[in-house]
Amino acid sequence: MTSARRELIVRALARVEGEGRLDVTIRDGRADRVALAIYEPPRFFESFLRGRHYLEPPDITSRICGICPVAYQVSACNALEQACALKIDDAVLDLRRLLYCGEWIASHVLHIYFLHAPDFLGLPDSIALARTDRAAIERGLALKKAGNAILDTIGGRPIHPVNVRVGGFHRAPTRTELAPLAEQLGAALEYAVATVDWVSSFTYPDIELDHDLLALRHESRYAIEDGEIVSSTGLRCPAEEFPRHVVEHQVPHSTALHAELDGRRYLTGPLARYSLNSSQLTGQAASSATAAGLDVQCRNPYRSIVVRAVEVVYAVEEALRIIDRYQRPAPSFAAVAPKYAVGHGISEAPRGLLYHRYELDTDGLLTAAIIIPPTSQNQAAIEHDLRTAVNAHLTLADDDLTAVCERIIRNYDPCISCATHFLTLTIDRR
Amino acid sequence: MSAPPKTTPTLAVWKFASCDGCQLTLLDCEDELLALSEAVAIAHFLELSDTVTGGPYDVSLVEGSVTTAADRDRIRAIREQSRFLVTIGACATAGGIQALRNFADIDEFLAVVYASPDYIDTLATSTPISAHVPVDFELRGCPIDRRQLLEVITAYLAGRRPNIPNTSVCTECKRRGLTCVMVADGTPCLGPVTHSGCGALCPAVSRGCYGCFGPTTDPNLASMTGWLRTCGMTDSAIARVFATFNVAAYGTGNGGRPE
Repeated sequence: MTSARRELIVRALARVEGEGRLDVTIRDGRADRVALAIYEPPRFFESFLRGRHYLEPPDITSRICGICPVAYQVSACNALEQACALKIDDAVLDLRRLLYCGEWIASHVLHIYFLHAPDFLGLPDSIALARTDRAAIERGLALKKAGNAILDTIGGRPIHPVNVRVGGFHRAPTRTELAPLAEQLGAALEYAVATVDWVSSFTYPDIELDHDLLALRHESRYAIEDGEIVSSTGLRCPAEEFPRHVVEHQVPHSTALHAELDGRRYLTGPLARYSLNSSQLTGQAASSATAAGLDVQCRNPYRSIVVRAVEVVYAVEEALRIIDRYQRPAPSFAAVAPKYAVGHGISEAPRGLLYHRYELDTDGLLTAAIIIPPTSQNQAAIEHDLRTAVNAHLTLADDDLTAVCERIIRNYDPCISCATHFLTLTIDRR
Repeated sequence: MSAPPKTTPTLAVWKFASCDGCQLTLLDCEDELLALSEAVAIAHFLELSDTVTGGPYDVSLVEGSVTTAADRDRIRAIREQSRFLVTIGACATAGGIQALRNFADIDEFLAVVYASPDYIDTLATSTPISAHVPVDFELRGCPIDRRQLLEVITAYLAGRRPNIPNTSVCTECKRRGLTCVMVADGTPCLGPVTHSGCGALCPAVSRGCYGCFGPTTDPNLASMTGWLRTCGMTDSAIARVFATFNVAAYGTGNGGRPE
């Protein structure tokens, strides 16, 4: 490398939710600085939540992310229900889990077929995939539609559902109303299994990551809508201890805050969930994981597409189980009264653990709100992977190096909207 | 991948400050997406494709509000390249929930979220696209309705105005045969002053409308406020309910912030 400074803006990163930029500085043949610059304009949710009524966060925070609004609604409900010491009926919790299964299916299938798979097939997008393998994209659309049907039926619409409230639901559907879902999901299960078969036929780089892993765990089932926090380092704690272990700090290059777990970079999301909880997968999901060649842990970020596909199988099966045993809860929500308190809520958004914390005053107004989305938790790990990859591929031309970096970023299904704009790669070789 | 013939109309999708939900609505058209991708050339849609084609574009769909100086310039460039420019959703049409900053001290807002506010580039206001460039059509909703989006795209491709009724949620509620939640249950509901388009989703789940499609033309807010008081809402609760996803459009009060 010469000492001359080169700065190139290569292109926008596509197939991610939201927009950002990657800055790479190469000095003396080493990646000197690798910064995932999220410059999605800040929207200040934590600021304008102050002074709002304590029943508003499920509706307001869902607007942080159009891809995973249910995750925001559920983490908000969990936090506020904890603050108000509310006991929620099991049937209501079941319905919440069913709704969340819908979001896992819709969001994961969007990522698998529209955002991630084209990388493994050498295609620019799913439109090109529709030309080369129409059956595949039709299968993906049918599967996504089944996830959205759950959100539609229970929530009223797939994006920013209207039926969720603190304590439960405004109205619980009848068994009859859920019946058509069971039929649609029965067909979707076949598509979900076929999806695992499809993605497990892709070629994967042989890479294992050593990041610490963080996920929720439930005593009796694969954690989705609630659970306790566990990590690969042996941490085990309830939601309220999250802030003691996870610390966010601001970096100059990003509007998303960075987080560390006990001072170290860590990963949350499908790889973490699967590696910590794969023994809780049952039925077809467990068989599909085995058939796809997944071990009890998966630390290859490229294979996250396989883990997502297995989680889709699980979510479809779990949705079918919940519909099968469903008894309409009455009332559809637990009555709630505000109190002067602090509440912490967590749940597993499709792309990782989502934490909310609220402080209430005696009038039921919020005095403080903290929201820590999965992408800000994963940012340090993504940057670490990018640095490793840049060093391993220094001889590549800028365009090819950009493609490698983009693939790495997509492995994590980052939801940059939760903080973010364009991802252009700036390579500064000096 | 063969290039579409030159006569194929081009569609572009642009993102400003937003949650991605309105552009995701296009991908949620599972039954129509493949047909649409054959009828139009998707020239710019970053969430869907790496392939980006330069303008001009026949139809640009714009999601999100303008909150940075760079975005103020970007929307002008997009307008110059677009035959028809359609805003999709409450952010692009009314400034979105992030327009709550318009009623607050932006420095205070920054300090709550960021330890070093100096790093952050933002304007003190969140403004709709129409505050910056002429807009051909504004599609309402937080998020927009999938069927209405298809109607708008179809209309512009066919060279006609979209058939999007400018009525209130009440008309859709009646058409669905729902019992009025305000009359029957005393549940506060913004349906009478809220633009139709959702299909009366909230009353269908025994909930009052919370105004995510924004106001109808000439909403009678004075009468609405009286009804909300009759339903037991306090003045501060009434201020808040108008100060959400279309806060800048209802033109009421101080953004719902404590007095």
